[in-house]
Amino acid sequence: MSEYDIIIVGSGPAGLSAALYTSRANLRTLVIGKDQGALAKAEKIENYFGLAEPISGCELVENTKIQARSLGAELITDEIFHISWNQGFVLEGRQGNYQAKAVLLATGTSRKKADIRGLAELEGHGVSYCAICDAFFYRGRKVAVLGNEEYAVHELSQLLPVAGSAVILTDGKEFLAKAPEGVPVITKKIRSVDGEDAVCGVTFEDGSSLETDGLFVALGSAGAVDLARKVGALTDGRSIQVDETMATNVPGLYAAGDCTGGLLQISTAVGEGAKAAMSMIKFVRRDG
Amino acid sequence: MAVLTITEKNFETEVLNSEVPVLVDFWAVWCGPCQMQGPIVDELAEETEGVKFGKLNVDENISLAQRYGVASIPTLLVFKDGKIAASAVGLQSKEGLKKLLGI
Repeated sequence: MSEYDIIIVGSGPAGLSAALYTSRANLRTLVIGKDQGALAKAEKIENYFGLAEPISGCELVENTKIQARSLGAELITDEIFHISWNQGFVLEGRQGNYQAKAVLLATGTSRKKADIRGLAELEGHGVSYCAICDAFFYRGRKVAVLGNEEYAVHELSQLLPVAGSAVILTDGKEFLAKAPEGVPVITKKIRSVDGEDAVCGVTFEDGSSLETDGLFVALGSAGAVDLARKVGALTDGRSIQVDETMATNVPGLYAAGDCTGGLLQISTAVGEGAKAAMSMIKFVRRDG
Repeated sequence: MAVLTITEKNFETEVLNSEVPVLVDFWAVWCGPCQMQGPIVDELAEETEGVKFGKLNVDENISLAQRYGVASIPTLLVFKDGKIAASAVGLQSKEGLKKLLGI
């Protein structure tokens, strides 16, 4: 497993800004990005400091990547599914696992939650957002994973060794990953998650239904808030709770940029990235 | 107040028959958020009077978890007079726990 002082998840303005500082501080820094993020959609940026001419979001990010690499940061493309902490961090990705003394979550805002009747009401009573935490309760029982990408398959892999049966539900979306052999994929749109005190099944828009004891939500890719919740960071709805140093309640775990809520601007993200970097540098030098 | 270890053996005495409200933290070793919840419960227990605090390892006491419909951890249940008075699923801040206890 590759070991780093600092791993930054997210290669947008917050993550790259932090990488500039941590690599200049001579800390071994890895930036893991999945895609260009929200900035890829910005064709013309006019309201950021120092731009004589407008610049596209992609160009701004690409320029900063060159800058970060030239200062010694390592940048890779991967998707992180899970982070665990035990006096240090282990990040599980699609391509491999990584180890770090401190981690910065900077993957932007999380995606819209599935708007399915019964989903929110039954959270903790059959609806779960953490397969590794809750698989234990589904030994020999029927489970379903809600998702259509690799993240769903990763969550499924935690459930398969214990569950009695498993199925993937995409809620009308195209399934973009490869399901393990023998696991059915149902692409029908879901109308409701059913159950009084606990989940007993789902009903699809076409009126058909499926019996299940558990529904594990793993939509799209794991966002910063998903990762934060799994490692034990406090979240506030769709944002990660941080203090003034960008630290979460998990020692060594920081968050910056859109995933902390507030003003969703490049300048804010860059500022928070810098602030988080300073805190991580102190943390690694003191505790690392 | 010290945090009690709640098991199937002492559940009735310490929780159901308790004269004061009891906050029970259902947790397990493998659960990341549970590792963070523990110290928050400890801290609140240190500074709170008139409430009992307990931790229940679901791995060792699965029947109690099943009895109370626990299917996600951490789950925090507040018992008053032997009945569940409040519950929360997922990691709770100290403020969140206080709210749950109504203090």
